[in-house]
Amino acid sequence: MNSFIVNLVPEDNDNVALNTVLDTRHGPILYLEDVSVSFDGFKALNHLSLYIDAGELRCLIGPNGAGKTTLMDVITGKTRPDTGSVFFGQTIDLLELDEPAIAQAGICRKFQKPSVFDALTVFENLELALKCDKRTWPTLFHRLNEEQRDRIHSVLQTIGLPELVKQPAGILSHGQKQWLEIGMLLMQEPKVMLVDEPIAGMTHQEVERTAELLLSLQGKHSIVVVEHDMEFVRSIARKVTVLHEGSVLTEGTMDEVQNDPRVIQVYLGG
Amino acid sequence: MYKAWLANDKTGSAVLMLLAAVTLIIPVCNLLSPVDSPLHFSAYTVSLLGKYITFALLGLSLDLVWGYAGILVLGQGAFFALGGYAMGMYLMRQIGNRGVYGDPMLPDFMVFLSWKELPWYWLGFDHFWFAMLMVVLAPGILAFVFGWLAFRSRVTGVYLSIITQALTYALLLAFFRNEMGFGGNNGLTDFKDILGFNIQSENVRSMLLMLSGLSLIAAFLLCRWLVNTKLGRVVTAIRDQESRVRFLGYRVEMFKLWLFVFSAMLAGLAGALYVPQVGIINPSEFSPLNSLEIVIWVAIGGRGTLVGAIIGAILVNYSKTVLTGLLPEIWLFTLGAVFILVTLLLPDGIVGLLRRYRKEQSV
Repeated sequence: MNSFIVNLVPEDNDNVALNTVLDTRHGPILYLEDVSVSFDGFKALNHLSLYIDAGELRCLIGPNGAGKTTLMDVITGKTRPDTGSVFFGQTIDLLELDEPAIAQAGICRKFQKPSVFDALTVFENLELALKCDKRTWPTLFHRLNEEQRDRIHSVLQTIGLPELVKQPAGILSHGQKQWLEIGMLLMQEPKVMLVDEPIAGMTHQEVERTAELLLSLQGKHSIVVVEHDMEFVRSIARKVTVLHEGSVLTEGTMDEVQNDPRVIQVYLGG
Repeated sequence: MYKAWLANDKTGSAVLMLLAAVTLIIPVCNLLSPVDSPLHFSAYTVSLLGKYITFALLGLSLDLVWGYAGILVLGQGAFFALGGYAMGMYLMRQIGNRGVYGDPMLPDFMVFLSWKELPWYWLGFDHFWFAMLMVVLAPGILAFVFGWLAFRSRVTGVYLSIITQALTYALLLAFFRNEMGFGGNNGLTDFKDILGFNIQSENVRSMLLMLSGLSLIAAFLLCRWLVNTKLGRVVTAIRDQESRVRFLGYRVEMFKLWLFVFSAMLAGLAGALYVPQVGIINPSEFSPLNSLEIVIWVAIGGRGTLVGAIIGAILVNYSKTVLTGLLPEIWLFTLGAVFILVTLLLPDGIVGLLRRYRKEQSV
């Protein structure tokens, strides 16, 4: 079963039909082709091409300034590329959609800096992320049904925060905020999860649990992880993509990548 | 039915009771007791209280957008004034041929400008229902157009604040012009009747006080409910991390827009209740200074608490009445000093102080 019905924002949407079939019959779920982005002459992305398969867990590594975060910005609609094309499945042109539409289509993102809503409780943070009609009026009259409540509680179990459910997210530790944000990703039931530096600030046990969680999610979701911690990448990665100066330097298993002389040169600055 | 969303707001419930008492007891006393009885409140007191209550409603409308959605509107007074003008236009039409010039068709200021017929935008204001519709529609439409343009282009923060200030200043200048047809410098005044009753009579004043109080109570309950819905939580999230909310799939600009429009309508309602009680509406209501004062009421009372806006508006305006009576020249200095002190020492205003005190008590 390789095609899903995606409910795109029915509100204020001229570009896309209400129901567009996410077509992944040809394998990849995300197509980036020849994408370039420059900021004041600096080429953050330089003719980058990248394909992410449906259900794949992909790790992105690369030195600082390689374009990892810009890449996520392009996929989620935050940054518009100067050239190139970005497709979600065969049919959905992400360059025609804005951030909310892309999120509703099923591409969700965890930010590098944990971005939870400090003033709201843990429960409310998850409730806001819950996949449902996100237009203004339905939101005003929204009541959680039993199923949605159960879903929130099961995600709370998954991220290990059930006893903090009524606490404001602002009091959580850095690692707990990371977990909460991963929980918010799960609530959105995304097709593609973009996870930027998930283990920063986590204890050793938390890192292990994060690895387990990400591994358990592959297959159901396509996951793209950006991470600096090589040990962590090694523990989860099947396929690693190395970015350098805005382009893909090489792709392969962790061992192949680590033994590639170009990668060694880039990392050690030879 | 005492809902959880209200029960958690202890200060709010207390203020609500007090408001209900004031708005019911005073009119009842005045209807039942003779003029010289100690239970009789003077026309001055009744009008003054009514005025404070409309200011409280205005403060509440600002706290909704500023305190919860983080949109610091420095032109909230513009919506208040528009609501006031809509009510003023109805009251002008009620004068009929009793003006100084006795013209059966035109208000005095139009006769004075030797206009021959009523401008098209005055048509319909003979009807109370039409005027009441305009009280909320005029500010609502302005807020919609303004908000649509501003929020879609993602104008936020201090830039948005400055543009709202410019908006009210532009309206101030426009309404000053005689050619606009709203009475220019002098505005609209010399009202006689409202719905056929003499606007100066004690009973009408008592009724207006009661209506203002009931409107404030209803508006407070509505706002309290609103911020406790999921929409309220989305809006709070927008206040704290606007771009993050977009990545959750919410159209941030639509949420801000509807809250802004609703808040403008509340401000318009406040203006409409204010005008018959003070007997005049003129362009000075559009003054940027007025709008800044509203921000100060809310900050002093406690931003993002709703009830704080009510407490702040009433306290500051009561102090203003007292101080401008005793030492008019020091009022603005006092207001400025209080604002600075509150910002430095009480970031959550009076309500924040009360909450802290209650927390210490319970420990």
